Amino acid sequence: MEWFLANIDMVLERSGQHLVLALVPMVLGLVISLPLAQLARQNRALRSVVLTASSLLYTIPSLALFIILPTILGTRILDPLNVVVALTIYAVALLVRAALDAFDSVSEDVGQAAVAMGYKPLARFLRVDLPLSLPVMFAGLRVVSVSNISLVSVAALLGIGNLGMLFTSGLQRGFITEIVVGIIAILVLALLMDALLVLLERLLTPWERAGKIRPGLVPAAEGDRA
Amino acid sequence: MDQAMIEFQSVTKQFQGGQPAVDNLSMSIAKGSITVFVGPSGCGKTTSLRMINRMVEPTSGTITVDGKDVTSVPAPELRRSMGYVMQSAGLLPHRSVLDNIATVPRLNGVSKADARRRAEELLDVVGLARPLAKRYPSQLSGGQQQRVGVARALAADPPILLMDEPFSAVDPVVRDELQQELLRLQKDLAKTIVFVTHDIDEATVLGDRVAVFAVGGKLAQYATPEEILRAPANDFVASFVGRDRGFRHLGFTASDGVTLHSVPTIVRGRSGSGTDPDATSGWQLVVDEGMRPLGWSTPGTSTGLIPGGSLFRPGESLRRALDAALSSPSGLGVAVDTEGRVQGVIRGGEVLALIEEARQLRQAAL
Repeated sequence: MEWFLANIDMVLERSGQHLVLALVPMVLGLVISLPLAQLARQNRALRSVVLTASSLLYTIPSLALFIILPTILGTRILDPLNVVVALTIYAVALLVRAALDAFDSVSEDVGQAAVAMGYKPLARFLRVDLPLSLPVMFAGLRVVSVSNISLVSVAALLGIGNLGMLFTSGLQRGFITEIVVGIIAILVLALLMDALLVLLERLLTPWERAGKIRPGLVPAAEGDRA
Repeated sequence: MDQAMIEFQSVTKQFQGGQPAVDNLSMSIAKGSITVFVGPSGCGKTTSLRMINRMVEPTSGTITVDGKDVTSVPAPELRRSMGYVMQSAGLLPHRSVLDNIATVPRLNGVSKADARRRAEELLDVVGLARPLAKRYPSQLSGGQQQRVGVARALAADPPILLMDEPFSAVDPVVRDELQQELLRLQKDLAKTIVFVTHDIDEATVLGDRVAVFAVGGKLAQYATPEEILRAPANDFVASFVGRDRGFRHLGFTASDGVTLHSVPTIVRGRSGSGTDPDATSGWQLVVDEGMRPLGWSTPGTSTGLIPGGSLFRPGESLRRALDAALSSPSGLGVAVDTEGRVQGVIRGGEVLALIEEARQLRQAAL
């Protein structure tokens, strides 16, 4: 505890780095996955390619990816960009699948109704499919958020600043407290992000929690005004 | 009134590698009328409906609306000019009732405030209470959802309404109610309505004209419901229309000649009202203070109130008259006025005589 209080600035700084390294890939992954999933949805062949590729991508060990990427990207090994790209790949691998499930969760009838009313394809995607797929999409995002926050720590082995450095330095010095603080900090970060995502989902999908009202029971006009 | 609004010209739709879903369909749908497409599943009735707003594109042939080929307008624009109601209502679950109704005007660029004002008016038109406006579709009953579906279809005031089995998922009582409402609405709106159903009863109740489709997408008969029940074009139509078609057909014959007889009545809770039980049958009609029928009683068996049958209002069809007589325990059909007060009774035998008379008149007219 004393060690933590003495090093609180360092832990907070590492937490900040950690969060950026985890969140930026998540957002990028989402931006890439949504249109990709929408395309895959319209094309059976592309759909199976995307699903297979996403499974394969996720099996690449993260450390290997962190090391290979600099030679592909032409970046220095210590460049945080490597981490961002690697984690974006993992995020896409998870989110494309989640997005496909999410779009599939929108009922066929609703889609048909949107077409019948005269929505153009893009408007239908943005204003009908996308909002209605949010509940399933958020389930995917929560997995990616936790997965990314945990994967970022591996990058500490390469000396890229994040909470994982508390593990590496704790191990080198045989100082258990530092490792424990690192674990707790990562845990807290993951829980906070998860809570934030849950909150965001609640704000964005008010219809999901609209209370069931007994059919046919019309609230009294006075009660409504009160 | 008989001006054609929608015309199918040799329209065929063949889905990949299958039998034609719609086979060389040519028909003309009159402006301001309700045309019902009816048939067993797989007969192409829904496919035909969806070709009108280009949800399905025909393999060959043309469809014109108001003389214009439907392919001459971009599909989304075409669809906004036709209201569409489907079986599951198909409401957008993430929008309030009001915003659901306002959808098409919003797509057409009407301001949010104007679209919502129009949507509120439509709540009244389809008989929904204003406080429902803020609810989400999942908070409504099936019947209410269908009403919202109809309101949404009417929002942009399109001249054409396409209705794809809109009432088949609601219970029979609500269905009956919705059918009557649609007929009432149609009196004021005079839209060109194309209505798909698999229920021949619904078809004969709603349709000005009924198109019976046979499996394989062939139009088997296209005529008034009365004619389809009276003179089915072939064995398929006859069997589809079913065994009760003679009885259903009575629904189109007026009951003008039916005689009302007086009936001994007794006010409930009051003994010895002064009227004696019918000398021949012994039945007495039990009524409330306002002369509304409650049931029957016979003095011999003191079991109290025996529930009555269906009620008949003078001016209704012979089908209603006969049903009132047949469903009554006394064999006497109770006739009531619009307020529900007893006017008299009708006798089953006399109704049957009228039916025979009507048949002979038709025969003579041929």
